[in-house]
Amino acid sequence: MNRNISCTVNSKLMTWQIDIRMSLADVLREHGYTSVKEGCGVGECGACAVLIDDVTVDSCLYLAVWADGCNIRTTEGESKEGKLSPVQQAYLDTGSVQCGFCTPGLIMASTSFVEQHKGEKVSREQIRKGLAGNLCRCTGYDGIVRAVEQCIDTEK
Amino acid sequence: MAVGKSVQRVDGVAKVTGKARYADDFTMPGMRVAKYLRSTIAHGRVLTIDTSKARALPGVDGVFTYQDIPKNKFATAGHPFSTDPGHVDVADRLLLTDYVRYMGDEIAIVVADSDITASKALSLIDVEYESFQPLVNIEDILGDDAPEIHKGTGNVVKTHSFVAGGNLEEVKEDCDHLIEGRYKTQIMQHCHLENHTAYAYMDDHQRIVIVSSTQIPHIARRIVAEALGMDAGLIRVVKPYIGGGFGNKQDVILEPMVAFLTKNLDGIPVRLKLDREGGMIGTRVRHPFDVKVQVGLDKDGTIKLINFDALSNTGAYASHGHSIVSAGAAKTHYMYPRAVYSCNAKTIYGNIPSAGAMRAYGSPQMTFAIEAIMEEAARLLGMDSVEFRLKNGARPGDKSQITKKPIMTCGLLDTIRKGRELINWKRKRKEWPKVQTGQLRRGLGIAIFSYGSGTYPVCVEPASARLILNQDGSVHLQVGATEIGQGSDTTFAQMTAETVGISFDKVHVVSAQDTDVTPFDTGAYASRQTYVTGQAVMRTAERLKTKILDYASIITGLDVELITIADNNIVIAETPEIAAMSVRDVAVDAYYDKNRGGQITAEVSYKARNNAHVFGCTFVDLSVDIPLCKVTINEIYNVHDCGVVINPLGAEGQVHGGMAMGIGAALFEELMVDPDSGKIYNNNLLDYKVPTIMDIPDLGAAFVETYEPSHPYGAKSVGEAPVISPAPAIRNAILDATGVAVNELPMTPKSIFKYFKKAGLL
Amino acid sequence: MFDIDSYHKADTVDEAIALLSQNPDAVPIAGGTDVLVRLHGHNPDYRHLVDIHDVAELKNITMEPDGTIVICSGVNFTDLAQSPIVSTNIPVLAEGASSIGGPQVRNVATIGGNISNGAPSADAAPPLLVLNAQVELKGPEGFRRLPLHEFYQGPGLVDRKSGEIMTCLRIDSSDYKGWSGHYYKYAMRGAMDIATIGCAAACKIDGGKVAGIRLAFGVAGPTPLRCWRTEEKAQGSVADQTLLDLVSDSVLGDLRPRDSWRASKDFREQIITTLSERVLKEAINRNGVSIP
Repeated sequence: MNRNISCTVNSKLMTWQIDIRMSLADVLREHGYTSVKEGCGVGECGACAVLIDDVTVDSCLYLAVWADGCNIRTTEGESKEGKLSPVQQAYLDTGSVQCGFCTPGLIMASTSFVEQHKGEKVSREQIRKGLAGNLCRCTGYDGIVRAVEQCIDTEK
Repeated sequence: MAVGKSVQRVDGVAKVTGKARYADDFTMPGMRVAKYLRSTIAHGRVLTIDTSKARALPGVDGVFTYQDIPKNKFATAGHPFSTDPGHVDVADRLLLTDYVRYMGDEIAIVVADSDITASKALSLIDVEYESFQPLVNIEDILGDDAPEIHKGTGNVVKTHSFVAGGNLEEVKEDCDHLIEGRYKTQIMQHCHLENHTAYAYMDDHQRIVIVSSTQIPHIARRIVAEALGMDAGLIRVVKPYIGGGFGNKQDVILEPMVAFLTKNLDGIPVRLKLDREGGMIGTRVRHPFDVKVQVGLDKDGTIKLINFDALSNTGAYASHGHSIVSAGAAKTHYMYPRAVYSCNAKTIYGNIPSAGAMRAYGSPQMTFAIEAIMEEAARLLGMDSVEFRLKNGARPGDKSQITKKPIMTCGLLDTIRKGRELINWKRKRKEWPKVQTGQLRRGLGIAIFSYGSGTYPVCVEPASARLILNQDGSVHLQVGATEIGQGSDTTFAQMTAETVGISFDKVHVVSAQDTDVTPFDTGAYASRQTYVTGQAVMRTAERLKTKILDYASIITGLDVELITIADNNIVIAETPEIAAMSVRDVAVDAYYDKNRGGQITAEVSYKARNNAHVFGCTFVDLSVDIPLCKVTINEIYNVHDCGVVINPLGAEGQVHGGMAMGIGAALFEELMVDPDSGKIYNNNLLDYKVPTIMDIPDLGAAFVETYEPSHPYGAKSVGEAPVISPAPAIRNAILDATGVAVNELPMTPKSIFKYFKKAGLL
Repeated sequence: MFDIDSYHKADTVDEAIALLSQNPDAVPIAGGTDVLVRLHGHNPDYRHLVDIHDVAELKNITMEPDGTIVICSGVNFTDLAQSPIVSTNIPVLAEGASSIGGPQVRNVATIGGNISNGAPSADAAPPLLVLNAQVELKGPEGFRRLPLHEFYQGPGLVDRKSGEIMTCLRIDSSDYKGWSGHYYKYAMRGAMDIATIGCAAACKIDGGKVAGIRLAFGVAGPTPLRCWRTEEKAQGSVADQTLLDLVSDSVLGDLRPRDSWRASKDFREQIITTLSERVLKEAINRNGVSIP
């Protein structure tokens, strides 16, 4: 049960032949985007979160066929010319990376949140709600909230 | 200088850019998938198992049952080999079993070309069971007619007792007050984001290579060799980046099986990756405890006696077994070391998932009980909870009643004073009403803790490091100690930079341990790496520095006594602005001069023969919505004495993470097992309530620095301790707010409901 | 990889109906957050799929000239919560929508899926019940409409006949104009959780008296339930603490919470009675009457 899909991944046009039974996470990982992690396989932990047309989606719970025609972003594509994105840098500045397994998914969820709230004043409660689909067991989330705060402040 | 600075993690860029590779991010052509067949009963025997249909399925390479595996039992616990026969881990494990001891016990395994084929094959295996009564409750487990989960044990793994510091009966007589309580803690699961996964292949007809998400590669090598009856030198274990462990990867769980599979399938690569549901029951959990504590006090508030009876359930297989309650008993002694300390501890088997190491290893359970009864004690005496701890808490110079050795550094009382200030305890006590009557009530709570740094003298504490000077003046650091997210690679790089005299960015840490290459270290557990491995790293760095200076002396003609290394240069010690030559130039000369030099390296293997105790506390301000039985944390602080803080940002992160796990233990988490059937209800991340970002409030972490003389940089440890005191502090704050003493964990709404109802609040 | 046996993609509602009729074993998949979880668990009833994920005509939220709000079944919860039509006119549904799961789930899960899987815990259900929502389905025989409370038939069971697709939910203007509502999700976690109890209340207060009152609960019975008898008793009462007490005393008579390993019956009853008072009080407050 194969199908061709065509999508951009981190600004590069990709045309893949895929098995329709595959999740987007399966397909991305198979093609080398190993930042997309499997933590639960049922959309409960967010470790597989990617942006599809700038919207955060758990790719483990998303059929790859649905990505046809879409613009996908993973953390591999967020750095430009060796410079970390503001979100990536903020995570390092606030000490919000420990084992790193939740990090790619959280960076994408945070990036979408920061982009959506550009120039606005947001509360910590809103930031928490915006990242509520991502679990982290190492950091206690505190630095993560401050990382996003830092990015939104700089955006203003 | 690097030590004491919040330098950016050495693996930070790799992790934020997604370049860090974990075990599942590596693959090999032809790699197969293995999947366990797990039992559907909690206690019983496999009478017949028919794998013929599974074997016949196209794409299946092999199906193995208990009939096919080696019959040498082994222990899975992540401890160094013990040369003392009285102190060996219980070897009660086979690769597969026909005697089922928990729901999910591994009775067969399939190897196939894909996940889907493997799943289909599992569904084609027919099993007939004989069921025995599942033993989940203590009364059932220790009942006179209880079937033996492990033959010959009476369902008891071990017991031990001791009285330290005096005569129990005499002390009891002498006390003005004697109070007791009983406290229970739950089965918890680590829920590290990366599930257990390992793959193996063979290099030739003998050598097996295993790549695993493990905290303990060197120990894994030894145990795989034991399980398969092979020489350890033929096993190679590689540990890439791992996605958290918290003690659950301090057991050798998948490695013996993948090694067995590749060996029996002609060396083809086989990956065994647990899914979340399988991982939550098929790895390890935290030992649930049932603790009776008795405290004896003088009327002036001095604690004279702490006497407890602790029961720990290690589940289906021993794993870390009795070590947990034993360590918990020993390490909590340092909270109130001037009191006589008496302990009766027993570890039992049960038809629940196997319990193993989990962050702070018995101390969270014991401390919940101790700090709960201490709260009762303070209230009985009419004393302020903080004053009570200040009066009785450990001070530097206090001697352990158990070891008779003095505590060398102890900032406990300062941490308590600092926490009291941070939460505005005095002002709130003054301003808040003495009696609250509404639906929403507010409370303050405190709990203290003590912990250790490493396992000495209970176990050997070995660590090794190797430094290699590169041609560009940088160094490569190899350590057997493992980075599991806690930041140890970065800490060692800071220590190396500090001692050698080069800049932090010139230290390249080889993060992936490879037992073929990496010097020996038992791995990440017991909060040992900064403290123990740090001592090896420091000595190695000193040795390298000496070698560099000796060689630089030859090149420059300057006496070795006159020079040192600073800022990547050989400099005059008295006037470090004067550089004689760069370290880089020393390296190039050493490597390439035709007549002198060689590669400059240093290697040290070191055994630590000290332990350094850490101390601290949690302060919490919370509100309780009585009709909805909901607890909301308003403010929470952990204050730690972990010696000198090597990396403040990193240490803060560890404290925050431990606090979140402690809050999870207090208010959210419990792996629920049906007492009648042994069925596990919630082995998934929806029904097992790992706290989300919405459930954890802003976290406050503070440090009181002491200088630990037994450590080259004055450091102690901070990896596990943060998880110990949040739960009892929260319990005490709930008591403060509502007058209701909740004596079991977790204090979820449905549990609090029962207590509130009993107390007449609902 | 999911263990899917057959897969057909529909671009229109009629195509979906035809595919479902031709493949009687097939189930529709829209957002996937329910179906794919079941497939992850190897549920054999979900192996045949008719994919309606990209059916454009199911993605609209509109208001008809007479004020009827039409929410198509393929609308995801993020769009639902952020829709101006919803947040202006029926904010109680936005409250329900924004309490589901987490952002990733809300970005793909659909209201049609949430209602059609018949879960008593659906966070969209109590709000829709207090809005007297109607379900519209289309099948080989054409369109069919029925009240939401009749659509629910039992735990996990809804009145969707073979070959039918839920097309939309319809809310009459008389069911929201002048009304105020509130939804509260009581769960064990602040996100990524299923309600232990969900409570929605809607009311219309006229001259200090109850001109209209509706109360609905999730996870308090085999399906989401309206509290018909309690509503009848409350009708016409003065909007004050006595009313709140009357409601919280009566509400358990309309519901059937049960014991389960997740929560005991008496715990659920405690939460139900507490929420009935608090949620109704807030709804009344939003309609302009503040009860101290």
